[in-house]
Order: sequence, then structure tokens, then C-alpha cells
Amino acid sequence: MSVRPKAHSLGPKPPFWRDRAKRALAFQLLLVAAVVVFLLYIIGNTQANLAARGITTGFGFLTNTAGFGIVQSLIDYSSQSTYGRTFVVGLLNTLVVSALGILAATIIGFIVGIARLSPNWLIARLASGYIEIFRNIPLLLQIFFWYFAVLRAMPSPRDSLTFGEVAFLNVRGLFLPEPLFESGFGLIPLAFGVAIVASIALMIWNKRRHEATGKRLPAGWISLGLIVGLPLLVLLVTGVPVTWDVPELRGFNFRGGFTVIPEFLALWLALSIYTASFIAEIVRSGIQAIPHGQTEAAQALSLPQNLVLRLVVVPQALRVIIPPLTSQYLNLIKNSSLATAIGYPDLVSVFAGTTLNQTGQAIEVIAMTMAVYLTISLLVSMFMNWFNARVALVER
Amino acid sequence: MRDNNNKWLLLTSAAALALGTAAIASADTLDDTRERGAVQCGVSDGLPGFSAPDDQGEWQGLDVDICRAVAAAVFGDSEAVRYISLNAVERFTALQSGEVDVLSRNTTWTTTRDTTLGLNFTGVTFYDGIGFMINKDLGVSSAKELDGAAICVQSGTTTELNVADYFRANGMEFDPIVFDTSEQTVGGYEAGRCDVLTSDTSQLAALRIQLSDPDQSVILPEIISKEPLGPVVRQGDDKWFNIVKWSLFAMLNAEEMGITSDNVDEMLESDNPDVARLLGRDGNYGEAMGLEADWAYNIIKQVGNYGESYDRNVGMSSPLEIERGVNALWTEGGIQYAPPIR
Repeated sequence: MSVRPKAHSLGPKPPFWRDRAKRALAFQLLLVAAVVVFLLYIIGNTQANLAARGITTGFGFLTNTAGFGIVQSLIDYSSQSTYGRTFVVGLLNTLVVSALGILAATIIGFIVGIARLSPNWLIARLASGYIEIFRNIPLLLQIFFWYFAVLRAMPSPRDSLTFGEVAFLNVRGLFLPEPLFESGFGLIPLAFGVAIVASIALMIWNKRRHEATGKRLPAGWISLGLIVGLPLLVLLVTGVPVTWDVPELRGFNFRGGFTVIPEFLALWLALSIYTASFIAEIVRSGIQAIPHGQTEAAQALSLPQNLVLRLVVVPQALRVIIPPLTSQYLNLIKNSSLATAIGYPDLVSVFAGTTLNQTGQAIEVIAMTMAVYLTISLLVSMFMNWFNARVALVER
Repeated sequence: MRDNNNKWLLLTSAAALALGTAAIASADTLDDTRERGAVQCGVSDGLPGFSAPDDQGEWQGLDVDICRAVAAAVFGDSEAVRYISLNAVERFTALQSGEVDVLSRNTTWTTTRDTTLGLNFTGVTFYDGIGFMINKDLGVSSAKELDGAAICVQSGTTTELNVADYFRANGMEFDPIVFDTSEQTVGGYEAGRCDVLTSDTSQLAALRIQLSDPDQSVILPEIISKEPLGPVVRQGDDKWFNIVKWSLFAMLNAEEMGITSDNVDEMLESDNPDVARLLGRDGNYGEAMGLEADWAYNIIKQVGNYGESYDRNVGMSSPLEIERGVNALWTEGGIQYAPPIR
């Protein structure tokens, strides 16, 4: 028997439905059971429906030959590849445009957000004009605008704009020389790795020395020099083991080299510019959330202005900025599925569009596509939460 | 806006497959249609000649006439149709899940579609093949010269597959630029994103007249595939399958017997036994399908025979001006042939 005094030590033990904790537990168990039963029901029912209608089911189609072409793929792909590979090609295309979009949107957003608080009247008005325009026009229209604005402004392949006869810009995209690596090139990534390790070591050493002696080196600049300089040095020493595959006009278009297609440019521009307008507002509100007293207190310690921003204002503002910023990143990733409207071969266009239609396996394809977006979103959200916890106020 | 609605339709269709009871699958489409008072007909999202709304907002076209023929057979009223516009990606899911009763939307009959999707093709309304349209300025006269071209194509079509096969078989390369709707595909072609627009030749003819300068584009002579287009129904409802199939056959037989929407009333008096059977004066060939004896009369009276529909929508009396060619009746040197009514 328990030695702890019970709340209801007097009288008989109450029945379990009057015990709040037990009741809550019972209801939660019931709910979980209901969800499981519901899931089992719809899975079983779907299978029964599909079988009754003579529709083939299962994931076997993923190993069948796709038979259609895709204009941009980061991995080897031809019309003889499998549907499974179209999935990977679409997924990578989605990830590329999302990652570059997040990068650009963050940079533009921070610049515009800070500019909006500028004491310079013109800069502040320009920034708020930017925000009001791009935040209030539907994204799909912006994608169409950029796509057709980009396309219509470009010359035909035969009248391409050229940059020193190695890079070309026309209606079919931006054609850049592609580096082809020869033997001996392996040393360069190696040098890059060494430089990164050395930089990390330097940072740690510098921090300890700073704590012990109060002296510090400009470790950031030294690291940058190492990371850029060391591979460059190795490159020169090994006699530049790289040849460039320069695009050439052959027949209808340029061949060879590396191509950035206009669908990518349009989608990337639209996503970056649209999301940046939201990020700018988040940055502004984050900075405005820091009481002015913080700045004044830091100035009273006679810290220079850049250190006031870097050590006092921004770290506090980040805590306000990061949670809504995460939502914007997730929005951008999900919005990239509008790619299908302009023919950028993202996951939705290639897999949930073409593959679904060629195989007719709607349930499987849609389930896989939803699972992918869910996974990406959860991963981004996990990373941002981790980052948020790191910059959170550490109480000492 | 329409894109959003379409995505929504696709989702609800998938949900219907997941949640709907298995009983729906074996339901009687004819009964459902009668109860609803209209045939739900899936048509394309705007392809002149096949299915597109005219300036009064009425749907017109060869595919639309199949919807109207089925409605005339079932209700005796060719206007009892609810049109649902579908893009290439949505069409089969919409039919599988019961969003539409008939899919009459320039859809190519292939093995995969006939055997793995739980669908049945009911016949061929138009024998077609894939062709290429290209800007005159490029000076190309044959599809064999298209190595390296950028090609605009609509997503989820057999065209996408057949073009890839053709280029591989001829040792040529191409960049596929894939759009969701035919409207966007034409937009890409007009903006110069691709050198070539590819589709069924009938569609190319329809799309060409929508260009700002149709004379600037030519259709190359090669036809690189067989594309038999026809209406589709769900598997597992043979009665409905028969109704849709024989609505088309009635139109073809009417043309062969020389019955038109104008002379059908006179033809009721005809001594020709074939005509008497088709128009329901001798025997009742609608009964086994659950239809009235005058089912074919209603089709011919209200919609016309196949030749009338062809001329009006895609033939020489239409802006598309597509020759009958293989789509002529077998008696006229073509391959259109319907089983007899008896």
C-alpha cells in the first residue's frame, strides 16, 4: 500500500470515471483507437474500391520505363529511365529551386526589412513600396509575369546575347561553360576540406584565447582567406586540371555547357521576391520588438555601432524573427509546386502530373507526393526549431 | 482560378475513391443519370472543334456531340448534359471516381488505359496521329530535321511518350517543354520558348487558328503515331458501356444510310429495313439497353449523323478545315465502320 496520503483517503475509492486523470487517459486511448480504426477503414475501403473497379494498384509501376523526357535533371535521366527515377528527378528539382529560393528570399528580405527602418526617407519608402507591391499580388500571377517578361525580353537563339563568347543568353535559357575535371582535380576538394577543418580549429582556439587573455584575432577573415585561398593555391600548383565545355550554337540551339532554363529563372525570381516581402516585414517587426533601451545601454558601454547591432540588437531580434521565418520557408517550399503552371519540372509537375497520368496510379502517386512535402516541411521545421533553441536567451 | 478548382477536383476524386463505399462501383450509371436528370460529361478544357464553348457559352464540338447523343438516347433531350471541363492529368481520376459518367475528350485508346485503369473505350470518334507545327522562318520541311529542337507538349498525354520514342528511334535529341493545359502550351510556343509545338494533328489545326498569326506556322507532313480518339466509360457497367457505344454507332450507321437531322422524319416512312430498325419502327433495339425504341431517332434528329457532326465541327464547314481522310466511312474509302443494327 502507498504511504502517500490520498486526496480521497476518507470513504470508499471513487469509480474510475470520476477520476479526472484516468478519465483523460481513457478518452485519449479512445481517440487513438478511433483514428487507427478510421485509417484501417479508409485503406481497406480504398483497396476494395480499386479492386472492384479493375484499377491496378501497388508500387510496382515505379520500376517500369517512363518513356518521356524531362528538360532539367540533376542526375542522369533519359526517356528509358524508370518512373522511380522521374520521382527522384522531380524531387531534386523541387529541392534546388526551394533551397536557392530560401537563400535569395532571406538575403533580399533582410536587406529590405532593415532598409524600411532606414532614417533615409527615400530608402525607407522604396522598401515599403516593394513590400506592399509584392506581398499583395497573388504568387501565380507573379510567376506568369516573370515567366513571360523573362521570355519576351530574350532574343532568339541565333541572336543570343553573349558574354565574351563563353556564356550566352537567349529565350531557351542561360548557357554557361561547364567545368570538366581532369585527373589531379581530386586534390582541390581535399584542400577545401583541410581549409575548413583548419578554420574550425582556429575559431575554437581564438575563442579560448579571447576568454583567457582578452585578445582576439580577426578569425572570420582569416578563415575566409583559408577556405578560398588554399584550394586556389592547389589549383595553380597542379596546373589548373580543368577544361571548360563551352556552349556552341548547333542547329536549333546551343549545345554543351550548363543550361539554366527560363522556367527555373522565372519560378526562382517569383518565389524569392514574393517571400522576401513577407520576410522583410518579419525582420522589421523583429528589430522593432527590441526596446530602444537596449541600444542605449550598449552605447553607454561605448560599444561601436556595428557591435551594438551584432552583439545586442540582432541576437535579441533573431529570437522574435525565427519562428515566423520558419513558416515563410515552409510556404516557399510548398509554393514551389506552382511550377507546374509554367512547365518547370518539379515534383508535382513531373511525378504528380505526368507520371500519375501515364500510369493512372493516382492514390499511390499522390500519397508519395504528400509524404515528400510532409517530410521536407518537418525537417525544415526541426532544423529551425533547433536553431531557435540555440539563439534563445540563455539565462545565466 | 480554374487551376485551383481543378486541383480541388482531383483531390475530391481521390477522396471519393478512398471514402466512397464499394457499392458505388457497381451502381447503375443509367439509373443514377436518370435520377440526376443529366448526363455528366467530361470534356477538354477548351479545344475548338472538339469541345469548346462558343460565343453564347454553349459547348460545341465533335466530342461534345457524343455527350449530346448519349443524352438524346437516354432522355430524348440532347440538352440534358452537364459539362465538366478536365485537363489531361485529371481526366481518368474524374471518370474512375464517378465525377463524370462519360469521358468524351480527345483521349487516345491505348492498352494501359484500357486494361489497368478500370476503364473501357467505347469506339473511335476520330482517327488521329501526332504531328509537328513549326515557325516558317526556321525553314524546316521535315520532322527528320528537328534534331536538338525544343518542343512544347502538353503534360500527361500519349504525345509526350510518342515524341520521345520517335526522337530516340531516329537518333535525335530534343528538349521537352511540358505545360499543364493546351492554352499554356500555345503560350510557350508563341513566346518562342520552343521551336516546335507537337500534338495530335487535329489539335494542331485547332491550336493554329488561335495563334496571332496562323500563316506564320506550318504543320510538317510527318505523322508519327496512331492516335485513335474516343469516348471512355468506367468498367463494370455493361449496360452503360453499350449505351455510349451504340450512340456513336447509331450516328455512323445513320450517315451510311443517308439519314440526316433534316430528312429523318421522312425516313421514318422508308421501306429500307435497315432504316426501319435503326429508327425503331421495326423491333425495339433500345429495350435491352434500358432505352426507348426511338433512341436513335432522337440522336439523329437532335444531334445529326456522324458526317454532319464532322462537317459542322472539324470538317470543311468549320474553321479547322480537316479533310475526312481516314475518318470517311468505309463505303467512301475511309475506315469509319459501325456494326449493323439488328
